[in-house]
Amino acid sequence: MYHKSQCEGFQCEPGLLDEGVDPEDRQLGPVERLVAWLRQKSLFVLAYGTGCGAIEMRPLMTSRFDAERFGIINAPTPRQADVLVISGYLALKTLKRVIRSYEQMQEPKYVIALGSCTINGGMYWDSYNTVKQVDRYLPVDIYVNGCMPRPEALIEGFVALQERIARGEKAGFHRYREKIDWYKANQRRVLGEMMPPDYTYDWYHAGGIA
Amino acid sequence: MHAVLDSLAMIGISYVMGFLFYGFYRQFNARVQRRWGPSIWQNLFDNLKFFFKSETLSHGPMFFFGPMIIMAGAFTTVLFVPFLKDSDWLQGFSASGNLILIIYLLVVGPLGNALAVGSSGNPYGVMGVTRGLTRLMGLEVPFFLGLGLVMLQHETTSVHAIMAAQHDVAHWGILTNPIAFAVILLPFIATQNGSPFDVVGAPVEVYAGPRVEFGGRLLGVLMTQNMMMSIAKLVLVVDLFLGGAGNFLILILKAFALFLLTAAISMVFPRLKTEQAVDFFWKVPLGLGVLGVIAAVWLPWST
Repeated sequence: MYHKSQCEGFQCEPGLLDEGVDPEDRQLGPVERLVAWLRQKSLFVLAYGTGCGAIEMRPLMTSRFDAERFGIINAPTPRQADVLVISGYLALKTLKRVIRSYEQMQEPKYVIALGSCTINGGMYWDSYNTVKQVDRYLPVDIYVNGCMPRPEALIEGFVALQERIARGEKAGFHRYREKIDWYKANQRRVLGEMMPPDYTYDWYHAGGIA
Repeated sequence: MHAVLDSLAMIGISYVMGFLFYGFYRQFNARVQRRWGPSIWQNLFDNLKFFFKSETLSHGPMFFFGPMIIMAGAFTTVLFVPFLKDSDWLQGFSASGNLILIIYLLVVGPLGNALAVGSSGNPYGVMGVTRGLTRLMGLEVPFFLGLGLVMLQHETTSVHAIMAAQHDVAHWGILTNPIAFAVILLPFIATQNGSPFDVVGAPVEVYAGPRVEFGGRLLGVLMTQNMMMSIAKLVLVVDLFLGGAGNFLILILKAFALFLLTAAISMVFPRLKTEQAVDFFWKVPLGLGVLGVIAAVWLPWST
């Protein structure tokens, strides 16, 4: 059976970004550790229901699976959200909206990508207007794979994210801030004329060429 | 020195009671819906997390000062409500204020909200503020009429004198003046953003609320003032109708009993639309209040 441990082709690009970044070199002081612990206790979720994954968010948030016991509740607007859940495939039109929503969120912010479609396109692998690999356009922190993943899988993804936050590791929003040019170039390549206006991200202080 | 310590203690107590009561409310809500729910500390976690978030957006100075005005309103309201009776502590500046001043301070919050959200220019926020002010029109008339009934009954505006008049259970306002309590109870739930009348905040589902444009630290400030203001109003109703509290434990018990009553009412009734809420306030509590005034002033058995 074909089993691939290494990336191939353009899939290697996000990995190359992290070269030279040692995840262990962020030692937290006691205050930072307390703040990180508080942050992982309370995650407000902006559920971006693009594909069928939106269906899985409802049982997660309501009585059956009850995400509120982990401190995870829905946020009404991007301004108040900590976690952006991209639940399913992204068409080019929705990608533009997701980027604007993500850039409106206040830091620290995290992205959870839900389902196979966000990893490699899934069943839309040969579609002409579906984004195949979300990580090229937005920094994804946690992938939850499956088609569709059940709410239990999503809860496990959230718990993994909480552990990463508590450890104070470098998260996606750091990467987005540092490599904004690379992300913006990728976005421009697929969006072209539909690129969101500059003022949604100019506070990232990009190097002028974004 | 005593005044400073006393004020700090009142502000701290109202904050701690606020997040514990709301944490309890969320867990109570969860158990009614047959799920586990968050821990009782969840509101503290949410609030502190917002204080440690970044705040990158700005809509001019008023957007920043609006939450500060609301916060100042909450602080002063807390300081003008006496928490205990016959005690030197937890009085704040209540000796220099009275019920009429407190009525004025209760309106500072919605006005600050309108200023801040109006300057943000977000149409959904303005929609929320419009709903809030419409609901305020509905709830204020019966609420103030109920407070007027209490002042009429005791012939004073001083919260201290009203507390002193209720020296034992038989003289508690809830027994001597049940009409005023019934008139105040439902508008009181609305001022706390309780469930049948919570269309303004519309906690999670509707993005059109006054807070739509706030994230990060300013939202933390708004959450804090909301919790403190709720405790101030709870303690005010305890002072007026449940005879105040001799010591801190009794204060917590009485405030919690009242909170449990309002929470149970909130749990059962679904949300009303804004105009439904205003219709309701101007029919049921206001009608009851007018009957109460007639009974208290003109009927032969009234003194």
